[in-house]
Amino acid sequence: MITVLHPGIYCTIQDLGRFGFANIGVPISGPMDGHSASIGNQLLNNKKSAAVLEVTFGGCRLQFETDLTICLTGADFNPTIDGKLIGLNSVFKVPKGAVLTFGAKKYGVRTYLCVLGGFDTETVLKSRSYYKGITGHSYLQKGAVLTIGFNEPIEQKSHAKIKVNVQHFSTIKMSVTKGPEFELLSKKQQNALLKTVCTVSNDNNRVGYQLEESLENNLSPILTSAVLPGTVQLTPSGKLIVLMRDCQVTGGYPRVLQLSDAAISILGQKSAGDKVQFWLK
Amino acid sequence: MLNQLTYKPFGENAILIEWPSVINEDVLRDIVGYKRKIERLLKLQDIIVGYNSLLLVYNFEIEKFQTKVDFLKELYFQKGIDPTLNGVHWRIPVCYDSKFGVDLERISKHKNKSIETLIRLHTEVVYSVFFIGFLPGFLYLGGLNERIAMPRKATPRLRVPKGAVAIGGSQTGVYPAESSGGWNIIGNSPVLFFNIENLDPCFAKTGDKISFERISLEEHATIKKQIENNTYQLKKIE
Repeated sequence: MITVLHPGIYCTIQDLGRFGFANIGVPISGPMDGHSASIGNQLLNNKKSAAVLEVTFGGCRLQFETDLTICLTGADFNPTIDGKLIGLNSVFKVPKGAVLTFGAKKYGVRTYLCVLGGFDTETVLKSRSYYKGITGHSYLQKGAVLTIGFNEPIEQKSHAKIKVNVQHFSTIKMSVTKGPEFELLSKKQQNALLKTVCTVSNDNNRVGYQLEESLENNLSPILTSAVLPGTVQLTPSGKLIVLMRDCQVTGGYPRVLQLSDAAISILGQKSAGDKVQFWLK
Repeated sequence: MLNQLTYKPFGENAILIEWPSVINEDVLRDIVGYKRKIERLLKLQDIIVGYNSLLLVYNFEIEKFQTKVDFLKELYFQKGIDPTLNGVHWRIPVCYDSKFGVDLERISKHKNKSIETLIRLHTEVVYSVFFIGFLPGFLYLGGLNERIAMPRKATPRLRVPKGAVAIGGSQTGVYPAESSGGWNIIGNSPVLFFNIENLDPCFAKTGDKISFERISLEEHATIKKQIENNTYQLKKIE
């Protein structure tokens, strides 16, 4: 068990997501940086579907109520256990009573706390991913007690570690394919879309990232149709919105590009002011 | 009726099928029939319905796009499209009192129609459920009388209450949860369009029908209480 001493800015439990409920308008969710979350589960030998804690901008303080085996991946916010700095992408055994805290940012936005056995919070519509109106809580609350799934004893895997892929946090290139309305853009607009180095605006969260630059837009809205995490929408004012993991299932803005899953994970580690550029595969 | 469809790749693991860009019952029926055939044969991660589209989301990365499209095209032309929607017709109680219908007076002035007329025009239509999107349990309905179509508000409200019945352009709908929104609010329904406590959180499906039935403030309060106590039974029209 883990007790939440301080809930930080925005922490959520995430597993692979909620599939098969788009017909009733339920978003998929899942870790913003699915790539990093899956590294943690792999190092722990967890199932792919094991739930992890997504910590946005550090800040939270957690106490371990039992001996646990953990692994932190994703953003580096100088995590410490009882004041002692610990590395990311490494498996650690943490004793009962220990406290995990985060410090100043080194890189990235979202850190994943993965535990051996995965978090065993409530499953709603086949997923543990927090979402307002679906799970009881939409973000971590102070005093909450998080239970952990059955702890299959692993062998001395506890030294498992891998090197951080620096590229994942530093690259500005987002691999994309053409969206359904890409061909409706003029050659000039297509060029602008692919050549412009864009800036992540303040308006960025688990639902979507709006970019600051404006594009000339003369496209009409489309009849409301499916969108996916990673869909790049062009709004009437010419702003680009990249939909992220908690996005709605349908939308009415032209869908000009589609990010690869890897690119969504990369974008999930960016914050306001960071640069991105679309890169057509 | 067979339509000219287009097939486009959408990301790494989805195919978008599009009908001509119109909103009508024939297209809806064709979409539902095709969807049923696809669901019978393919195990997909999700199928997302739009006004004139189906998005097939596969569990894996699509490598041979054209082979998949050829298979789907053949399936489309195969006989056995179920021409009937077989949907359920739901009767949804709505209170149009000014306590809830905060934009009724503005619409009335804008349209030069009495509030009574607006309510009559809104309740006399049988609406079709095209699909569910925007929010869990938000029904996209077709059939609003163009005489009460009303442009969205220039500045959306930050808080539209749960149950708000509203008009946005030539669409009408019910907000299943509190949300921001730019539609014009004309009433409120106590019915829960999304209830996570239920095995089936949203009672309505693509292809169902909806009628709005006018209720008083008192009835609204009574039904609300019944829903809280789990004693309310949603009415169907046979």
